[in-house]
Amino acid sequence: MKRRTFLAATGGAFTAGAVGALAPSIARAATALWQPGELADGTVASALLDALPGKVPLIKRSFRPANYETPLEYFRTEFTSNEAFFVRWHLSAIPEVTLRDWRLKVRGDASGRVAEFDMAALKRDFPQVELAAVCLCSGNRRGMFQPHVPGVEWGIGAMGNARWKGVRLRDVLNKVGVKPGAMEVAFNGADRGPFPETPDFVKSIPIEKALDENTLIAFEMNGRPLPHLNGFPARLVVAGWTGTYWMKQLTDIDVRTQPQGGFWMNPAYRLPAGRFPAADRFPTQETQANTPITDIVVSSLVTSIRGGERFRLGQAVDVSGIAWDGGRGIRDVQVSTDSGRSWRPAQLGRDYGRYSFRQFSYRFKPEKDGVYLIMVKASNNRGDAQTMDLVHNPAGYHHNVVQRLMIEVA
Amino acid sequence: MLKQAFVAVLFVATGTAFAAEDKFKLVQAPGAAQVQANCVACHSLDYIQLNSRFLDRKGWEAEVTKMMKAFGAPVKKEDVPAIVDYLSKEYGKQ
Repeated sequence: MKRRTFLAATGGAFTAGAVGALAPSIARAATALWQPGELADGTVASALLDALPGKVPLIKRSFRPANYETPLEYFRTEFTSNEAFFVRWHLSAIPEVTLRDWRLKVRGDASGRVAEFDMAALKRDFPQVELAAVCLCSGNRRGMFQPHVPGVEWGIGAMGNARWKGVRLRDVLNKVGVKPGAMEVAFNGADRGPFPETPDFVKSIPIEKALDENTLIAFEMNGRPLPHLNGFPARLVVAGWTGTYWMKQLTDIDVRTQPQGGFWMNPAYRLPAGRFPAADRFPTQETQANTPITDIVVSSLVTSIRGGERFRLGQAVDVSGIAWDGGRGIRDVQVSTDSGRSWRPAQLGRDYGRYSFRQFSYRFKPEKDGVYLIMVKASNNRGDAQTMDLVHNPAGYHHNVVQRLMIEVA
Repeated sequence: MLKQAFVAVLFVATGTAFAAEDKFKLVQAPGAAQVQANCVACHSLDYIQLNSRFLDRKGWEAEVTKMMKAFGAPVKKEDVPAIVDYLSKEYGKQ
């Protein structure tokens, strides 16, 4: 393959050689701002590294509301630090909530009574649990859709893995009482739209999911209070389901006998009916045409190398990264170094539970010079695997296409 | 790419002294004033460049309609044609 073809094939977004000549700080920034080659030109041009309060520099997708993604470097550990955790907001009016003012209200026509908790009561009245779980934006990798679809044009970093500490939602619901006929539980946070006409961000989950032991009201993340931008003082953790349900700045819980309506339940966050047949069901929200997005599809990310990197002949190439899914747990990660002709299993790292990132690693020593197309494919314990081709959908969800990384050995 | 990285480094080094979103400037062309006046109340204008250039005229029209109908943005009706023209021409698929 000629050099020009090689660069074109890797998207030309990152050229290791050019960066080496620069001052170290600039080289670091250029590395952190690495963009997958499939992003639209305007998406790449509008990105920059910007540090929000309490955060390290993240890749800015939009200033207001703040949508910032985590650079690749931070996925080299199983857990994503609070400072590097991605930031995603739908509405631009985000109040600073103080512990003194914060109250969590439980109500609704299927709620046994109306109850209100402050943080002290929440921590005192219920057993505290900690769970490792991936929070992943439904639209992670939307920017890599071909053809492109509008929205926040995320690259690979609208996700993170943390140890969430809190109380089980079901313990709170059982204390308040759940009436027969409860169908969904809806959640609201303190954020608001700029105009009264702007639909408030309200999301619901099926009653069964609300009573799942892995659905939490979390107040800590990685051993510390939630950062403001990640939902202080409390957020919902719906382990296994995409981030849209993980309500930040949680203030209101509505136990309902009727389906929750509103823009954010329908038409937003919908998948064409039947396109992802293995997905968890949400029957009370399904229509003939579409279904709400539910659980996270199996996927992986290579963090040790990037497309376009060059290696010396005789040097070992480390293909490692992370894999995750919606809670079945990772069964294996297969690596191909010959354009998909043969596959070998990577070694899996420590298991932090079925909702967590799982590390993998695979080493190989190229025997001759040339261009190598490396592919990585994760599967979960149910047998779902990453797809070779994109399952396109209008809103740009569930991108879990097998990565293809071209490296050059000389 | 390198120039962009350099800008990013400057930005980080000087921190919050910048009103961050004002760093983004729309392409100056007919319609830019209407976009500025009607869109900035709800979101920063970098959303436009972020979503470029892959929407055709129909695509941008659908976005403007969504902002008004779904999000309740008080866009002036008489400004809509100029906004759609501008977005299609300056940030649209050619």
